[in-house]
Amino acid sequence: MMRLGLVIVVAVVTSALLAPLLPWDPSAQELAHRLQGPSWQHWFGLDELGRDILARVLLGARVSLLVGVVVVGVSSAVGMMVGAVSGYYGGRIDQVIGRVMDVLMAFPGMLLAIALVAVLGPSLTNVVLALAVIGWVGYARLVRGQVLRAREFEYVVAARALGAGTLRLLVRHVLPSALPPVLVQATLGMAGAMLSEAALSFLGLGVQPPTPSWGTMINGGRVHLLDAPHLTIFPGLLLAIVVLGFNFLGDGLRDALDPKKSEK
Amino acid sequence: MSAVIRFLVRRVLLTVPVLLGVATLVFSLIHLVPGDPAQAMLGDGASPQDIAELRTNLGLDRPLPAQYAAFLRSAVTGDLGKSFRTGQPVTQMIAERVPATAELAVAAMAVAILLAIPLGIIAAVWKNTLADHAAMTFSLAGISIPNFWLGPLLAIVFAVELGWLPVSGRGTLAHLVLPAASLGLALSALLARMTRASLLEELGELYVRAARARGVSPAAAVLSHALRNSLIPLVTIVALQFGAVLTGAVITETIFAWPGIGRLLIQSIGFRDYPMVQGCILLIAVTYVAVNLATDVLYGVLDPRIRLE
Repeated sequence: MMRLGLVIVVAVVTSALLAPLLPWDPSAQELAHRLQGPSWQHWFGLDELGRDILARVLLGARVSLLVGVVVVGVSSAVGMMVGAVSGYYGGRIDQVIGRVMDVLMAFPGMLLAIALVAVLGPSLTNVVLALAVIGWVGYARLVRGQVLRAREFEYVVAARALGAGTLRLLVRHVLPSALPPVLVQATLGMAGAMLSEAALSFLGLGVQPPTPSWGTMINGGRVHLLDAPHLTIFPGLLLAIVVLGFNFLGDGLRDALDPKKSEK
Repeated sequence: MSAVIRFLVRRVLLTVPVLLGVATLVFSLIHLVPGDPAQAMLGDGASPQDIAELRTNLGLDRPLPAQYAAFLRSAVTGDLGKSFRTGQPVTQMIAERVPATAELAVAAMAVAILLAIPLGIIAAVWKNTLADHAAMTFSLAGISIPNFWLGPLLAIVFAVELGWLPVSGRGTLAHLVLPAASLGLALSALLARMTRASLLEELGELYVRAARARGVSPAAAVLSHALRNSLIPLVTIVALQFGAVLTGAVITETIFAWPGIGRLLIQSIGFRDYPMVQGCILLIAVTYVAVNLATDVLYGVLDPRIRLE
């Protein structure tokens, strides 16, 4: 499954990167053939403005992947830093950070992201910001747990005894032990961020037309569910496949990095 | 004071700062609006008088600490102001929508549990067989399929092509089927994985082997012994997933024109009806906190080890 996940992810990333080089123009309109179904010329058919859906889906993949990478990058960096500080220092700092995380975790799933984008206004930047605001907590909790364990390891105690400073201890000795679970979480987080961006765009709160995003394409297609279901089917199918790919990859990585799990 | 009461009091007290934090975040939402919230609500063509009047109505002309104190007081008394769009009290409009969202959430949870437990049992009992792989692949696929895509697809097949079910709205049981199925599937996928993992752990325990040694049939050992214990951690997972159901309901209600809080929230965002947006967010978050508290309390009452931690 992990290999299948890797193949899917690599294929989608490659297609997204090569999208501008492909012969289809995502903004070219063939109004006379609008809503036309899949054909040899247009594999995924044409949308309500006669634009090639395959070209737009590939361009949408760039948006989705970009959001995933930035959200996961920012969330994991902030989460690791906060989690490391919280776990290493403990005491008051840990308690304050813990309460902040409790409050953020009190909002179910994407609700806080919806709320933030609702007030900040719909845009790609605000989507990334909102998803990062809710995203870092998961990494911080994970890293805090790992750091609590790692700071008692003998090599860490030895390094401290040898006079290593806090920053060096955290960066060189403590955090590396937390990296494998963070890697797993980041892979699964890519799937989550891409789904969330699409959901926000679907609700009209994310990427705004004419920039193609899988969520806005699915939303736009709803009007034509009866006469042109391909408008909805293809962007959703691609999204589901990519998310499945990242989930396969994350699941496989978790099993590979956790000997206890791989025995099961 | 008995250990149970001490545990209950401590757990309830721990919820107070979280609720305060939630209220603070919801309060600050309107202050995150770029520029003047009143101007944003009324649009560019609004006169300065109208803007000033709305600012007074929203209390935005008062000092921030006074606004915060008033917001907390109102939240505690259940008075969340008036909807900018309809002029009706926010609490009343939300209360009218609660039954629809509760109905959808309960139905989706029921769909999820009814699908997940048999799948999890099959996967655990026939571990590493084709049945296990099929169940777990289905489960991962279920997690990966977005409900805003699944919903329209289900509508195409079951409402448009087959004509078996209504495509949108609320009224009969038939109206509930498609929204509950589209919302429950992703949850069932996650629960199936958890059921499998939890049941696998129990199946390895000595008491299951002892039961088998006493001549208990394999099916009875799984269903009467191991499954019962493996369901305990699932209670927490179901409760935690209640939040995902509430958020998922926002999307599902939008797709199926289900007249619940989620749809009200999205409509209110469209109208920049910030008092209503704040009310909906606050209610959903407080419900989630309450469900988590209830789960923790129930768990603590049932399992003495948790009380001692």
